[in-house]
Amino acid sequence: MLYNEPSPLETRVLSFRFGLPNSATLDTYLATRGYEAFRKAAGMKPEEIIEQVKISNLRGRGGAGFPTGMKWSFVPRTSPKPKYIVVNADESEPGTCKDRVLMENDPHQLIEGCLIAGLAVDAHAGYIYIRGEYRYLIEVMDKAIAEAYEKGWLGKNIQGTGFDFDLYTHSGAGAYECGEESALLESLEGKRGIPRIRPPFPAVVGAFQCPTVLNNVETYCAVPAILRDGGAAFAALGVPKAGGTKMTCLTGHVNKPGVYELRLGFPVKQMIEEVGGGIRQGRKLKAFIPGGSSCPVLTAKEVEGATMDYDSMAQRKSMLGSGGVIIMDEETCMVKAALRIMRFYAHESCGWCIPCREGTTWLRKILTRFHAGGGTRSDIDLIGDLSRNMLGRTFCPLGDAAAMPTLSIVEKFRGEFEDHLNGKPCPFERAGEMVTA
Amino acid sequence: MTFSPQLEARFDKLLKSYPPGRQRSAMIPMLMYAQDELGSVTDELVDEVARRVGVTPLQVNEVLSYYSMLHRKPLGKYHVQVCTNISCLLCDGDKLWEHACKKLGIGHKEVTADGQISLEEVECMGACSWAPAIQVNYDFEHFVTPEKLDQILDGLRKKA
Repeated sequence: MLYNEPSPLETRVLSFRFGLPNSATLDTYLATRGYEAFRKAAGMKPEEIIEQVKISNLRGRGGAGFPTGMKWSFVPRTSPKPKYIVVNADESEPGTCKDRVLMENDPHQLIEGCLIAGLAVDAHAGYIYIRGEYRYLIEVMDKAIAEAYEKGWLGKNIQGTGFDFDLYTHSGAGAYECGEESALLESLEGKRGIPRIRPPFPAVVGAFQCPTVLNNVETYCAVPAILRDGGAAFAALGVPKAGGTKMTCLTGHVNKPGVYELRLGFPVKQMIEEVGGGIRQGRKLKAFIPGGSSCPVLTAKEVEGATMDYDSMAQRKSMLGSGGVIIMDEETCMVKAALRIMRFYAHESCGWCIPCREGTTWLRKILTRFHAGGGTRSDIDLIGDLSRNMLGRTFCPLGDAAAMPTLSIVEKFRGEFEDHLNGKPCPFERAGEMVTA
Repeated sequence: MTFSPQLEARFDKLLKSYPPGRQRSAMIPMLMYAQDELGSVTDELVDEVARRVGVTPLQVNEVLSYYSMLHRKPLGKYHVQVCTNISCLLCDGDKLWEHACKKLGIGHKEVTADGQISLEEVECMGACSWAPAIQVNYDFEHFVTPEKLDQILDGLRKKA
């Protein structure tokens, strides 16, 4: 089911089956070139599969943007240990809701991506770690997996290729931190979701202490298209160092929020105005988050001329991230936005690293007081100091994820913090509507 | 401890899903599915899951306290979760949350006196492009206005 109208400006490579009748069934999948890529890959050498993924310039779609082909090549394929495929379907980055539509509308595409990854690294089992809130998607995936087993697309000797592969769903139970790869592996092993020290990286020591390919749902979903039509065709859709499309979630103050598949390098202005139908009530853009609440916030001026790709966002000292675009209009209180983002990270910090655990809580308290009108001038610098002291000082990126948006907001919108000083009510709130944390 | 045949089948499948000696992996999914049937994670369930996956009850308790969806106390029959995270907040998710509290006369993680409806202010649930969103148990509701929320809550009252 689709929750928003598609846009004519989309480039539908991963989402081309969306909206077809019974798009989640094996019949529809097979009738639309489904499992063609697997058949092709089964006749290729593992190095050739990885080479195509490298040529495609596919980069991890979960947020970090690491080149997928390179990640796969780190797996010691000839190791005597079993190898595993793990799918990160713990989609929890605020602003991000794309893996949901990929699994709901085309579950077999994800299964096929896992099979091809299995061929590439000699893995014969895979786990799809799905966040607990997505229970209905566990049912969708279980149904598709059962259908694939029944028709010989999973299990022993798949379609006579001699390749065996088993695939399982695994429910999470509510923890943002489990979207971080090493915490996810801990959780998959029945433990608290606390990050592991790296190296060794999961490619060498991952699930059950064995070599593991761990990618985001969207990353695996791109693989069938790459093998089917060739890595070069996929690369050509994007920009020089990043191939393909990105499932982009437009959220916040746009007229037509929704999940849209846009080629990498799509202009931000066109995305907001044409795909998103412009900012609601004809207002102006104030702030822009390219890919989930962990990214540094950009001002309207900073995104002028920007395109949706890794380099364009890196040049602006932000990140493409997960594709969760958050659009804030001129009526948005940036102190309140910073507060809400920090409340989230304080709630989700696993408590393992002190700078993150204490920093997020301290910042939440300051921002709560500040937004309620109890801030002092020295608090503004303290918010910056605390954020800077979290950056790079934690085992996993959650500490950075909390610090980066906060630091960018306090630096770029300092005037709004000053407007909240000395007991003044929030200029963006009507009386009696003050929200406390 | 006995469960429904469906849950037993689910447990069997889970215990066979992981490599030999790695049955501890089944613990969190087992607790999730069992909680749906029992209403909460009871002491008896902790002991039973510990026995089946081959760890101590203390190890189960240690793990479950980490996860926000595992509850030691029963929730309402209908657990209404309102997202107020950034994308929902920008679409007035915070006002929706206040409306829900006022309408039900309960607050965060509280249950109505008749035990039918519980309320929780939750973090991002993955419905950001269709905000503001709520979940009733596992069912999503998108683009929720205060009026739509009233209808949903009234509907739950009638079903209860």
